[in-house]
Amino acid sequence: MISPASELPLLRIAALTKRFGGFTALDNVSVDIRPGERFGLIGPNGSGKTTLINCISGAFRTEAGTVVFRGEDITRLPPHMRTRRGIARSFQIPRPFKSMTIVENLMVALDFATVAGGFVPEAERRETVMSVLTRTGLAAKADVSTTKLSQVELRKMELARAMATHPKLLISDEAMAGLSTSEVDEVLDLLLALADQDITIIMIEHIMQAVMRFSQRVMCLDAGKIIAIGAPAEVMANQRVQEAYLGT
Amino acid sequence: MRRNGIAFWVGAALFLVAVFAMTQVVRNQYPFFAGYVILQFIVLAVAWSILGGYAGYVNFGTSAFFGVGVYTAVFLVKATGAPLVVQIAAATIVGALLGFAVGLLTLRMQGIYFSIATIAISIVIETSVTNWRYVGGAAGIQIERPPVMELFNDYVQMLFFVQALLVVLAVTIARYIQKSWIGRGLQALRDDELAAECTGVPTLRLKLLACVISGALMCAAGAPAAMYVQYADPSSVFNLNYSVTVLAMALIGGTAHWMGPVLGAILLGVTQQVLAVTISSEVNVLVLGVMLVLFVVAAPEGILGLIRRASRGRAEGEA
Repeated sequence: MISPASELPLLRIAALTKRFGGFTALDNVSVDIRPGERFGLIGPNGSGKTTLINCISGAFRTEAGTVVFRGEDITRLPPHMRTRRGIARSFQIPRPFKSMTIVENLMVALDFATVAGGFVPEAERRETVMSVLTRTGLAAKADVSTTKLSQVELRKMELARAMATHPKLLISDEAMAGLSTSEVDEVLDLLLALADQDITIIMIEHIMQAVMRFSQRVMCLDAGKIIAIGAPAEVMANQRVQEAYLGT
Repeated sequence: MRRNGIAFWVGAALFLVAVFAMTQVVRNQYPFFAGYVILQFIVLAVAWSILGGYAGYVNFGTSAFFGVGVYTAVFLVKATGAPLVVQIAAATIVGALLGFAVGLLTLRMQGIYFSIATIAISIVIETSVTNWRYVGGAAGIQIERPPVMELFNDYVQMLFFVQALLVVLAVTIARYIQKSWIGRGLQALRDDELAAECTGVPTLRLKLLACVISGALMCAAGAPAAMYVQYADPSSVFNLNYSVTVLAMALIGGTAHWMGPVLGAILLGVTQQVLAVTISSEVNVLVLGVMLVLFVVAAPEGILGLIRRASRGRAEGEA
């Protein structure tokens, strides 16, 4: 299906280290993400998953190591430059622009993230936004203020806003946390549908069925180090992964 | 949208015509003296809300920008005898540069830290001017007005008209920003700066832009004040009262729309003028404080928020 050796990785993380004072949150992490891959990222709380995402999206500066996206070193770029190059993310705790409606939230992405190709009429822009909202199942709520959304709607809005930036790599940070079983399935189906549209997805998740169903490859972090990486079933069966989750 | 635009320009033109007609017809000097101050506060409040309202960066340095505008004019008059237009143009440029410098220094800080930094910068600037002998130092400096343009009877009437032009300029710019991608970006970063960055908004650059425009307008509003008072001294033009008054005007009016600071400045400006005549100008500060507290508690979104709530209530009542 994928020929790892020959293909240039979409994202290459090389020897990445991130410290907060004396605490090492990420310790010499290296991984390649292939184009089109569905990549699961797991690990106990505090293992460095979100820190890794923050380093990829640019929210954190790193102490050492490089982040290379599509052959370009982006280690020192601010977040908005990375978004424009095609890296989008959602947040563990949803961060909507709360003074705006859903459509306006997505318009921000249209205004700033996509490469400006001259003047686009308002009607056409709205059409673009609406097509994203239809795909994410939010079309009916388009003009509703984000303060009036339910948890699952907020999660979807975040994914929709990320989609509106036309990403090549989408990072979903626990988009299913706290949702009901049927809502988890909804969001999972949404992510799978996005993956079918040639978008590479990194999914952080604690819900194991979702990780197993979604991922082609899974990586497990513990205390800032990679303890296992490979096919989902292999990683789950790994002794160290089980120890990390269950404790010894 | 289009009809809205026409209405705006017609309104602006009518306003200028009315102001001009007033300078030709009204003989009493007092309305111009009082009106000038109100117009000046409209410009300052509108300029303040570009950074303080749209971007949510509460600037306590209004007096610094205003004072630098005044002293730019003072310096030019003393050094070259430059005409009013040049004074204002120069103050605008200086204000933009100052806005850029202050922005670079302070805009990486957020919330209260940014506000404190702007106060610190005003104090630094005030101290520098106080020690600048050429423009009079702490004692201040007397300025003589040149003869007035033939179109006007009196210099203050001309300044009144000039300040009205600045009002139209400031409101036009604020309105443009609010409706454009710049306004959307500022609103996004006010709501959530990290989320805005991750949605592609160049937050630092947009904040700097807002600070430059806001600073330029504040300095421009200050420039004619030198000729208006015919005197300038650091402790009055750099008075923290300017910062607090302007902030109160914007907050009382409402910061989500350019109309807010205009309404707030008119309401507070008129109240202050009336109080100054009827009771004393010292009461101003008290009334300002009371009104600010009342609005923060009862109408956190200002007059605009009250209007919106009232109209929504009526719509629901009819439905």
